[in-house]
Amino acid sequence: METILLLINTEADGSLAKPAFEALGAAKALRAGLPEAKLAVGLVGQTVQSGADQIGACGADAFLGVAGADFASPRYASDAAAAEALVKAAQATLIIAPATARWNRVLPGVAQRLGGRADTHVTGLSAASGAITINRWYYRQRMEASLQRTHRPWFILLDPGSQSAWQGAAATASVRILPVTLSEACQRTTVVGVRELAADAQTIRPDADLLLVAGAGWTKKQADGQTHVKEAEELILGCLKLARASLGSSKSLVDLGGEGQAVLSFLTHLNQIGQTGSTPRHPKGLATCCHGEEPHTVGWRFINERRAISLDPNCGWARGKADVLYVADAFAVLARLNQLLAAAS
Amino acid sequence: MSNEYQIVVCGSIVPDPLQTLEPVSGPDGPSLRNEMMLPAVLDPWASHALYEAAHLAKNTPGSKVWLVSLGPKAKLQQVMMTVAQKVPFELIALDGPASGFAEAAEVATVLAEAIAAIPGLDRSKLLLFGGWESASRGAGVTMQMVAERLGILDQFQGVDELKVLPGGALEILERVEGGKQQVSRCAGPPALLGWATGNLPEPRNNPQVGMANMRTVMPALQKAKPVKLAAAGVSFASVALPKQLRETRIVKDKSPDEIAREIFEWIKR
Ligand SMILES: Cc1cc2nc3c(=O)[nH]c(=O)nc-3n(C[C@H](O)[C@H](O)[C@H](O)COP(=O)(O)OP(=O)(O)OC[C@H]3O[C@@H](n4cnc5c(N)ncnc54)[C@H](O)[C@@H]3O)c2cc1C
Repeated sequence: METILLLINTEADGSLAKPAFEALGAAKALRAGLPEAKLAVGLVGQTVQSGADQIGACGADAFLGVAGADFASPRYASDAAAAEALVKAAQATLIIAPATARWNRVLPGVAQRLGGRADTHVTGLSAASGAITINRWYYRQRMEASLQRTHRPWFILLDPGSQSAWQGAAATASVRILPVTLSEACQRTTVVGVRELAADAQTIRPDADLLLVAGAGWTKKQADGQTHVKEAEELILGCLKLARASLGSSKSLVDLGGEGQAVLSFLTHLNQIGQTGSTPRHPKGLATCCHGEEPHTVGWRFINERRAISLDPNCGWARGKADVLYVADAFAVLARLNQLLAAAS
Repeated sequence: MSNEYQIVVCGSIVPDPLQTLEPVSGPDGPSLRNEMMLPAVLDPWASHALYEAAHLAKNTPGSKVWLVSLGPKAKLQQVMMTVAQKVPFELIALDGPASGFAEAAEVATVLAEAIAAIPGLDRSKLLLFGGWESASRGAGVTMQMVAERLGILDQFQGVDELKVLPGGALEILERVEGGKQQVSRCAGPPALLGWATGNLPEPRNNPQVGMANMRTVMPALQKAKPVKLAAAGVSFASVALPKQLRETRIVKDKSPDEIAREIFEWIKR
């Protein structure tokens, strides 16, 4: 018989973030497919009660918590100690957690500590006649596998955005707080804070409906034999602001910066999508001045509707990756698009 | 106090990202069609880790860099011909699969044993580096398991920057959600850093570095220990390329104004 433990953390204000609700949705669906399985919820954070209350009506058999200032910030040693205590207390065989930076950092190590196995970036989870199957991508989103394991405990980290979130009423949860004391060896690291750009300078917006992707073409010589980087910056920033879009970039474009060429000043490696970048999830994506070879296009794996603007009619996007390819000058199209967006806002 | 580091970088090889990949299944589980024929490169994020390690070692006299690599010996040799030209390191080669389908926990066991066996390894000086995810398994699981096996409790993933502060503490920048970075301070080694892209460009080939490296690379390859992984307890039900090929509508003869309108309608929908 399986015992499922949902491992989630509370945010600084004590509440749960969206990936926690999604992981709960998946954990509940998993239990429904495993008759007799038990479901426990384990929470970690500065305080855990209000987070637990948000999902108090989810039907879990138990709520466990590890709380206190030591567990407020994501830090390997303390999060590992907390997760270890929760898994042991729940006697869990299956551990479900969101594949966020916090849990990705720590749960593979905890699996090692407890003699288990870990799978991250899981995009599908199902149970049929007692057998649990997960889906995840290999070779950086280039092929999808489904697999099963006999090893327990099995840590399954679900990619945010891949599961439907649990919805239900709040109710008071009775949380059993586990005492976890950190040894000195667990306190050699201090989390100092989070570095983030000012809200208006932040070009990465995971919740945006549109991903705008900029390629190296923006910095290349145009029909008049000149580059127009300043103009490109204004057009891209204008579009991001007016369409409330998130900005992605091709590898070539961000790499130009390291090579000392003129690049768009607001781009960093964090914007890069693709095989050695990220694979964000957005309902729509618009590629501009990208060529779209395979390592680039894997960055689009989880974008539902895709359109592209390129001067090159034989662009890699023409090979069945985008829904629409506009063969046109992106400078001209974006200038007009920004006018239309501005007029509508 | 001397603050030199012993930096051990774990990194294997992956098919050149520009290659077409196709999964096939066999009696030992899934693999890639013609895997041994595909040109390979050092795993991109692990190579960033290697460059960062070399950079740190250069700025910290007395430090040394090892590269621990598990992969098919013949392919490792090919890739090392280029990698050895980049930065100074000593290779520890293990002859076994570099497949994305190889079990992370088993790979971690092999890597941890090889690291623990490095003569003269001083764990109080150990910085364990690797990529935060491989371009093959794409999991970000192996390095944490290696570090746990080596008793390292200070672990960082998605690292973009490491600064050594006066006094020897380490300041580390890790990628977190939403384009943000978490800043942490760690008292010092031992620590694990799983690197993302970092800030260093790929070093140019340097034949002198290549020659010096080759003195240890060739013997390391010759004595590479054969490794068999069992893939215990895991079974792949299927591995497949994404099926949906999109019907791309190619719009060639519309004015920028018409296109902008079409995109505008689409965004607003
Ligand atoms: C190890 C490795 C890892 C890689 N990882 C990644 C990755 O993570 N992400 C990634 O993106 N790539 C990755 N690549 C690179 C990838 O294969 C491509 O080389 C790269 O994405 C191409 O970048 P680009 O489209 O910006 O530039 P280019 O290939 O230079 O294309 C520019 C395009 O802009 C068009 N253009 C120019 N001016 C205009 C205009 N006015 N209007 C419209 N179109 C215009 C041109 O027609 C051209 O098609 C990787 C490659 C390797 C070898």
